[in-house]
Amino acid sequence: MIFQKYAAPKFFYPLAGKCLPWFAWLCVITLGIGLYLGLFVAPPDYQQGETVRIMFIHVPAAWMSMFIYAVMAGAAAIGLVWKIKLTDTFISSAAPIGASFTLLALLTGSIWGKPMWGTWWVWDARLTSELILLFLYLGFMSLQSAIDDPRRAARAGAILVLVGVINLPVIHYSVEWWNTLHQPTSVARLDGPRIHSSILIPLLVMMGAFKLFFISVVLLRMRSNILDDEADSRWLKEQGV
Amino acid sequence: MNWVEFFNMGGYAIYVWSCYLLATIILSLNVWLPLRKYRGQQKKLRQQHETTS
Repeated sequence: MIFQKYAAPKFFYPLAGKCLPWFAWLCVITLGIGLYLGLFVAPPDYQQGETVRIMFIHVPAAWMSMFIYAVMAGAAAIGLVWKIKLTDTFISSAAPIGASFTLLALLTGSIWGKPMWGTWWVWDARLTSELILLFLYLGFMSLQSAIDDPRRAARAGAILVLVGVINLPVIHYSVEWWNTLHQPTSVARLDGPRIHSSILIPLLVMMGAFKLFFISVVLLRMRSNILDDEADSRWLKEQGV
Repeated sequence: MNWVEFFNMGGYAIYVWSCYLLATIILSLNVWLPLRKYRGQQKKLRQQHETTS
């Protein structure tokens, strides 16, 4: 299977090294455009005023927190079925980044909530399920470091990630299922977004920048994890690090 | 454009800028920590390869 050939660390390591600078530079450019549009071009909201600019960090971070988890779950399923080592490397590399975005979404949401809702935190369904997502990431990371045998750690981690997937639809639909303080979805709707393009475009650009950031950092972390696992391999010596 | 007004963010400066500051810190750590680890590994492995070859 061709995928398994490229999934071998020997092939993946140099490939990731070649791709990384491209993603990193694209990320820098996209981030620059997104920040410019979000801070200078987008108009203040008629109700929330300038605090709406928090959204350009908060919403992409929250989307990334769920996106990364979903990709990790996909990789976990593939890894369990086809026993590909690279998926384990990917999952353990992606988890700290996902945890970071989850933390960022929670913190910026809290800071945004104070002036708009009058409180830093409520046990609302959306906020609570996002906090559970943070605990899933942290639980995965501590499980990985608690089990010494790397194969068992990978297997247990993959199962934990798959079980936790149930939390994703809960986060997404929490604002519809329960009558919550958090506002309902306005972008990812079946009948199209409900935001004006002057706000929607910077939001989508920031989303792209965060995605590129994730790809760049996950490639870097995967290379680092491969060096950990393959320190004594011959190919590493022949190819050079 | 007026920079004072820009930084003031309609009176919400503390909220808006603390969010952007947090994002800067969290994203920077996500680059810096793995990069530092990776560079250290590279250095160590290169030295190993030199001494064993």
